[in-house]
Amino acid sequence: MAELLKVDDINVYYGAIHAIKGVSFHVDEGEIVTLIGANGAGKSTTLQTVSGLLRSKTGSITFDGQSISGVPAHRLVERGLAQVPEGRRVFLQMTVEENLEMGAYTQPNANTPASLERVYVQFPRLKERRKQIAGTLSGGEQQMLAMGRALMSKPKLLMLDEPSMGLAPILVEQIFQIIRDLHKAGTTILLVEQNAQMALSVANRAYVLETGKITLSGTGDELILSDEVRKAYLGG
Amino acid sequence: MSFLDSLISGISLGSVYAIIALGYTMVYGIAKMLNFAHGDVIMVGAYICFFAATRFNLPPLVGILVAVLLCTVLGITIEKLAYAPLRSAPSLAVLITAIGVSYFLQNAALLLWSPNPKVFPNFFLTHAADGTEQTGLELGSLRVSYVTLVTIVVCVVIMAVLTFFINNGKLGKAMRAVSEDKDAARLMGINVNTTISVTFAIGSGLAAIAGVLYMSAYPTLVPTTGSMPGIKAFTAAVFGGIGSIPGAFLGGLLLGVIEIFAKAYISTQLSDAVVFAVLIIVLLVKPTGLLGKQIREKV
Repeated sequence: MAELLKVDDINVYYGAIHAIKGVSFHVDEGEIVTLIGANGAGKSTTLQTVSGLLRSKTGSITFDGQSISGVPAHRLVERGLAQVPEGRRVFLQMTVEENLEMGAYTQPNANTPASLERVYVQFPRLKERRKQIAGTLSGGEQQMLAMGRALMSKPKLLMLDEPSMGLAPILVEQIFQIIRDLHKAGTTILLVEQNAQMALSVANRAYVLETGKITLSGTGDELILSDEVRKAYLGG
Repeated sequence: MSFLDSLISGISLGSVYAIIALGYTMVYGIAKMLNFAHGDVIMVGAYICFFAATRFNLPPLVGILVAVLLCTVLGITIEKLAYAPLRSAPSLAVLITAIGVSYFLQNAALLLWSPNPKVFPNFFLTHAADGTEQTGLELGSLRVSYVTLVTIVVCVVIMAVLTFFINNGKLGKAMRAVSEDKDAARLMGINVNTTISVTFAIGSGLAAIAGVLYMSAYPTLVPTTGSMPGIKAFTAAVFGGIGSIPGAFLGGLLLGVIEIFAKAYISTQLSDAVVFAVLIIVLLVKPTGLLGKQIREKV
């Protein structure tokens, strides 16, 4: 399969802190790839570097055959990269539908109604609450909104940052079912998760990040069975 | 002055404050900074309009348009040169820079146009059948000047257009998104720098309009002309709840009415003190201003 995203030897610093140390990985078209690791391992930093919110000092990031190192975040959406940020970050004072419209900001206005309909089919809950202010939604609904918003731009690659964070187990199950559905429908997904169990169960391939370095990689099934991963992330 | 006279002039003065306060409140909402040079853009707009009318003999409406256009450019330039490089700097650095820009504009005006006061022409006149100039309408015992009427109408129109634009326009919605969460807005494909430039452009264009309206009511034009209405409008923005557009409207109107009533019924010298005392009381009771939103701390 064609390589959609290739991250090669990136190094990211927060001031003097060396947060990402020579990380390389790739995502092929049609895959779900997950980055797992403990809190502070650099998972979100890696995603934010790919989406252009942070800069790498070295290395290269290639998306869809073109270098995107140094391209500002707002230019990447139209190229087909969408990120659901950690903590959902929906626009709390805007309505559900306005949030979704923001997701289609780079798209021609004429396409918005069709995109809205597509997202509402995927998330009927959002359709019920379309006129509601996003700040009044529950955590699970906000996560759905954040995902729906990212899908409005019809991304080639959907990057999800901790979609299960702070959600009740039943909602986590629901969110992961949606991830499976999106994948089945053909969306390529890069998933960052602390919930290694769930992430590995949906992923084709996985990378383990520890203090800014990739220490393990393999298929989801390989890692779920690996002793190291079981000890560190799956509770034995 | 009768009660009704005072009320109308209060609303008119308040309308000018409201138009200026919009610039403060929109810039604060989106760039999270207090642009203290905003008042001086009013002064620059007034000078441009003054010269357009007196030196170049342009029709008033053209003069106002030129002032709006040049102030828009000035606002964008100030933002790009002075504030954009400080995007990630501490807010104190931005505040001091804004005060610096304010002094720069005042002194540039002093150099260019001298400290001698200019008398701003009254554009808002009609000619009666016998050729005498009319500056207002007589409605029984009530006399309302055209400036007053025009100011109130302009303010209402600006407020309606702006509210519609922010609530329904694609760019307006993007501005709200940027004001809530810049990084999330970037991830939507919104160019945050462009959005900030547009905000400064709108605010500065409105400042030019406010400058012309203010000078038409208080026609002495000097390089420091902008600072007092600037500070009052800033107060109005805080009064109404900084960051809120309806707040700027309400705050401006109330401030103007309180000021004129204080002048009429308490004391001319103490009117400003009364205005600021009311501000202090409002902020004690409701620290976010009348229509300000509760600031939620992010966890």
